[in-house]
Amino acid sequence: MFGRGLKTLSLITVALIVGAFAMVFFYAPNDADQGFIQKIFYLHVPLAIVALFGFVAGGVYGIKYLRTGDRLHDLRSYVAIHLSLILAVGALVTGSIWARGSWGVWWTWDEPTLVSFLIVFLLYACYQPLRFSIEDPERQARYAAVFAIIAGAFVPLNFMAVRMAESLVHPRVLSTTGGSMPSDMRITFLVSTVAMACLFITLWKYELASKHATFRLRALKRRLADGEDAWTPNPRRSAAPTL
Amino acid sequence: MRSAVGALLRKDLLLQRRTPEAVPAMVLFSIGTFVLFHFALDEREVTGNLASGILWVTLLFAAVLGINRLFVSEREEGGFDGFLLAPVDRTSMLVAKAILLFLFLSVVEVFVLAAFTILLLGPSPWGPLPELILVLALANAGIAVIGTLVAALAIQTRARDLIVPLIALPLSVPLVIAAARACAPLLTEGGAGALEARWLAILGLYDLVFGLLAYAIFDFLLEE
Repeated sequence: MFGRGLKTLSLITVALIVGAFAMVFFYAPNDADQGFIQKIFYLHVPLAIVALFGFVAGGVYGIKYLRTGDRLHDLRSYVAIHLSLILAVGALVTGSIWARGSWGVWWTWDEPTLVSFLIVFLLYACYQPLRFSIEDPERQARYAAVFAIIAGAFVPLNFMAVRMAESLVHPRVLSTTGGSMPSDMRITFLVSTVAMACLFITLWKYELASKHATFRLRALKRRLADGEDAWTPNPRRSAAPTL
Repeated sequence: MRSAVGALLRKDLLLQRRTPEAVPAMVLFSIGTFVLFHFALDEREVTGNLASGILWVTLLFAAVLGINRLFVSEREEGGFDGFLLAPVDRTSMLVAKAILLFLFLSVVEVFVLAAFTILLLGPSPWGPLPELILVLALANAGIAVIGTLVAALAIQTRARDLIVPLIALPLSVPLVIAAARACAPLLTEGGAGALEARWLAILGLYDLVFGLLAYAIFDFLLEE
């Protein structure tokens, strides 16, 4: 059910990622001001963009879960937010490296996008503790969906507020919209972003397939053990949804 | 719905009158925090950005205390069951609790602002008082809405006291940005500066967005 098309998708993703990295190193020119360090931009910005879209997608699946009560939507929402959190850590680390490389500091409060991103990350870092502290699986799913929706609406509002607080004082160092980039840089950036999005979708589908297979396996084991000496499931607790 | 909101609000106000719990705790906590700030910063008087920042961080932490207590009586004394059995719109619980939290914050702010003026604040706040009240009211509405949502979300979890601050603080960052920036020129030494409209716009937008969102999803937090 979840495995369909995964092979093709994986191959496309691998090709895109290899292509994107090849373009970053051999096609895109070195930045005139910042030199080689600027190339981390092709990793950092796609990571951040895809993570934000993943967070919002988690909220959208949260809405779907509340409307339909289908536990699969809860699983989709959970996996999207989980993966986005991992990408967000990547974005924060690469952003920090970039800041160190080009401005000489590990962290700067002058860059509103970076600051907003940290706040969003701190909020979503509570998603799993929240799930973990609710025992009833049905309520866990419902509350997690409500959280995902609130947080999804918070993302754009937060970016607006932080940008208003900072950007009027300090000029933007690099426009991330691509408006002022030369065309070869812009194409490289677009390819990198598409590659990152494909990577996200592939990992998301793999994780869904794996979780689903685990649940099926557990259900089958339980049926096999029925009647014999009771088979005890893995007692390790987790914040992940169960089907 | 109006009668249900009224009944819930009366019940909560009666509870607070008989055993005042949240408001005195919030006021005492705020005054204690001012004392801490005095020693931590080694300042006798604060003005401008610093004053505005201290005021808002203190108010927000005090609000977290109130948010933590908001649904405790419902949870421990079976108030949720009684409410769910009553033939009323579930959103009335959201409206009643948000109004209650708004009232809590407003009462707390009367005392806290007076204490702040006496203990730490350099310039007098009485000149720009109308503007200050406007900012406080808009920010209170935002804290009330988001606080009610977070309180309802956290009340059924095992780690309530952990979940509330962890979720409420990042969610209120836009509120603190806008409220603190709006108050800073009002609290500067030698005549208050003008209130900037864009911070009021951010506060209003925040209230509107989360008000509508809370209205749409609050029912799911009460379903049994």
